[in-house]
Amino acid sequence: MRRDRLTFAMMIGIPIIQLTLFGFAINSDPKHLPLAVRAAENSVFSRSVTQALINSDYFELVEVTESEAQAEELLTRGDVQFVLDIPPGFSRELMRGENPELLLEVDASDPAATSNALAAIQNLLSDPLPHDLKGPLAALRPTRPPFQIVFHRRYNPEGITQYNIVPGLMGVILTMTMIMMTALAVTRENERGTMENLLAMPVRPLEVMLGKIVPFILIGYIQVAVILLAARWVFEVPMLGSLWLLLLCVFVFIVANLTMGITFSSVARNQTQAMQMSFFVFLPSILLSGFMFPFRGMPGWAQVLGELLPLTHFLRLVRGILLKGHNLTQVWGNLWPLLVFTFLILLIGLMRYRRTLD
Amino acid sequence: MSEAVIQVKELSKHFGSKTAVNKVSLTVNQGDIFGFLGPNGSGKTTTIRLLCGLLTPDHGEGHCLGYDIRTQATQIKREVGYMTQRFSFYEDLTIRENLEFVARIYAMRRLKTAVTKAIENLGLTHRQHQLAGALSGGWKQRLALAACMLHRPRLLLLDEPTAGVDPQARRDFWDEIHALASSGVTVLVSTHYMDEAERCNRLAYISHGDLMAAGTPQELIDISGLVTWTLEGPNIHELARELRQSPAAQQVVPFGNSLHVSGTDSVALARVLDPFRHNPDYRFQEAKPSLEDVFIDLTSRSVDTR
Ligand SMILES: Nc1ncnc2c1ncn2[C@@H]1O[C@H](COP(=O)(O)OP(=O)(O)OP(=O)(O)O)[C@@H](O)[C@H]1O
Ligand SMILES: [Mg+2]
Repeated sequence: MRRDRLTFAMMIGIPIIQLTLFGFAINSDPKHLPLAVRAAENSVFSRSVTQALINSDYFELVEVTESEAQAEELLTRGDVQFVLDIPPGFSRELMRGENPELLLEVDASDPAATSNALAAIQNLLSDPLPHDLKGPLAALRPTRPPFQIVFHRRYNPEGITQYNIVPGLMGVILTMTMIMMTALAVTRENERGTMENLLAMPVRPLEVMLGKIVPFILIGYIQVAVILLAARWVFEVPMLGSLWLLLLCVFVFIVANLTMGITFSSVARNQTQAMQMSFFVFLPSILLSGFMFPFRGMPGWAQVLGELLPLTHFLRLVRGILLKGHNLTQVWGNLWPLLVFTFLILLIGLMRYRRTLD
Repeated sequence: MSEAVIQVKELSKHFGSKTAVNKVSLTVNQGDIFGFLGPNGSGKTTTIRLLCGLLTPDHGEGHCLGYDIRTQATQIKREVGYMTQRFSFYEDLTIRENLEFVARIYAMRRLKTAVTKAIENLGLTHRQHQLAGALSGGWKQRLALAACMLHRPRLLLLDEPTAGVDPQARRDFWDEIHALASSGVTVLVSTHYMDEAERCNRLAYISHGDLMAAGTPQELIDISGLVTWTLEGPNIHELARELRQSPAAQQVVPFGNSLHVSGTDSVALARVLDPFRHNPDYRFQEAKPSLEDVFIDLTSRSVDTR
């Protein structure tokens, strides 16, 4: 124990990290979800409906637009979770007591992220002034809301959790196996003494790294194939986007994880340490990436941390392609962070790679 | 023929507060079979690693095959065959796969035939598809040796290549070394076996990281100034105990029925041995000190100066 300081640090550190993450970051009741309003009219009523939503704490207005296309794009990209559609003539119909309908489009790909917000709307409508209209005034409490809000759950209309979880699992499984396998592969060479021989021969660091990475890419693809087949035939997850685009993103993600594993192994002194480092990334990857808990439910600092993890971006990529049918331009926003990540980690790995034994 | 293949000056290497190699200067000429000797933990492996660029020296500089050991490690690696002390090939690959892997790293042409020939020379043709991990210790050594000679290096650095190898294979191995040396390959070999040391044409002796002596075997013996007597007679063990009391008898080693007594101060040694000389039970003979005597003497001296 005394010899292996890193092991010790990990044993103390991991519970502390777990505590902080679980304790502060994770919130299964996400609030302040981004909302776009597509207002065909700008009236007192439309403004106060919006304001009422914001006051509920569950929504945060990020965009007011008149263009349907723009609203659609915001929702598909995941920039907003909701689009409130205020139709033309809303206030006129409201005043006439015609009980008009508002359309709330919901990105329901992660049902857990939105269910509380939707419930809050129901409360809002059924009883807008519960505290003021009491006693004799109770008669004034509306029997029927003056307008209706119709929910349009997009991407996952039935709110099936598997639609969200199964594509996410692909990322989680890849993260776990890819990082760990490569991290162990190089440290094993160190432990068995074969590294000394390898270093004594004229191989370049990049060659060694590639030699370690390439076989695992194949293994990664086999895993992806299994998961995709299961997603399709067992869980019946829709596949709206292009398979090729998905496989491309998978490639980038696999390479990102493999380089991370290699880099760990060039820092770790033995297999135990390499394993621990892998877990050190794996844990936040599961907790902060939006796999287990809604990403938007986390405080800002946790979201920043989450953005640094490749899994976060990959989850958005897979879910986007499978559930929303994203195309290349739409995935780019989450693809380039992966590329940058890979590049930086590779650079660190190459710099840390020990050409010598000391 | 006497172009220096290895020339290093004052190489030092520290591990933490421990000095593994302390200001070692070496010159190895082309075609030499250079024996590198020293007790366990004296810094032989470390020195060899410094020579082929596996470790960077803390101080000192030098050239190996005309390349700077600090900056041109890549070029050195291409022309050196380094055999590690610990078996460092892949135990989960077969013999053939291991050799092919090495050949591919050196980007050898006509790889298959070269490997086939190496396996033939080893006499392992019928076992070439066995896992290397399944080989006995001695065979692993021989495989490793074959692997590091595969790319026909100009310089061989062998770290205890014959540890655990049987006498016949060792003799074959040394015959091969001599054949290579006569074809111009330089060999630096570390060993603990004195008979192997005697087959080298130059030797260096290192102890506690200090280079104690270097030269031909005969030179080392001469330099040591050691005088050795052999004593034959009854009760040599008791005699040995008695002789060990006196500081002049630096080494008292029983060999079968005889006792080897050595010391650097010949006069003092003669005085110590005098009382026994008149005893007709003992037979005395002045002997040529063996390399082993010389090395043990060197080792004890390096401890003394510390
Ligand atoms: N990587 C390392 N880290 C720390 N100390 C080391 C390292 N390598 C070697 N040493 C120390 O340096 C000294 C010299 O070791 P070295 O392996 O060179 O000895 P050697 O002469 O090859 O011994 P042997 O005959 O047992 O093979 C030893 O005291 C050893 O403990
Ligand atoms: Mg050694």
